[in-house]
Amino acid sequence: MKVKAKLFAILRERAGTAEITKELQDGSTVSDLWHALQNDYPKLNVSGIRLLYAVNQNYVSPDEKLNNNDEVAFIPPVSGG
Amino acid sequence: MFRVTRESIELQELVRFVTDSEAGAIATFIGTTRNNNEGRKVIALDYEGYPEMAEKELARIGQQASQRWQICRMAIIHRLGPVQITQASVIIAVSSAHRDAAFAACRFAIEEIKKTVPIWKKEVFEGGEVWIGTQTGEPF
Repeated sequence: MKVKAKLFAILRERAGTAEITKELQDGSTVSDLWHALQNDYPKLNVSGIRLLYAVNQNYVSPDEKLNNNDEVAFIPPVSGG
Repeated sequence: MFRVTRESIELQELVRFVTDSEAGAIATFIGTTRNNNEGRKVIALDYEGYPEMAEKELARIGQQASQRWQICRMAIIHRLGPVQITQASVIIAVSSAHRDAAFAACRFAIEEIKKTVPIWKKEVFEGGEVWIGTQTGEPF
């Protein structure tokens, strides 16, 4: 299956891109995708960072199973306001 | 009305939106760019967002507020892109029959925004820039 990863703020800068399309095995989770991305873009290993995850714009746990065409966002600590 | 925008935000637009004949109070909050932070001379804040999800989260905050307090109407607009010193990055307006609910919901909304809405600010200061909320101690 194919999913779209979205990166923001420090993660976007580290990867040098805001969006990555990734081919994954069926049954893969958000956490599997994150590890695959870290493998492709070692700079995404930001030590001590606490991420949140969203699938199709809803917060989920890293164990959430992905489906074809999902949009998966990796959300560094937010700082709006 | 719950949205993000790349343009400057006008308080009057939100006040008009929440104006309600059953309301006896309108409370507003304006978050503005300050010229200093932790000893640094701030030039501007540059906001990045995940716009579709940010608007959903703002609407969720509105829903939660109306479950907790008797409010008439609520509006939140958050700005994205560069925001210069003294300008507004976020404005919240809440109307209610009695003032306590409007004050409480307004306060609740800004605190929730800082926790759950996917928006990030980069502080541009004299001598550098830094993502706020992502203090990793590592060089960029």
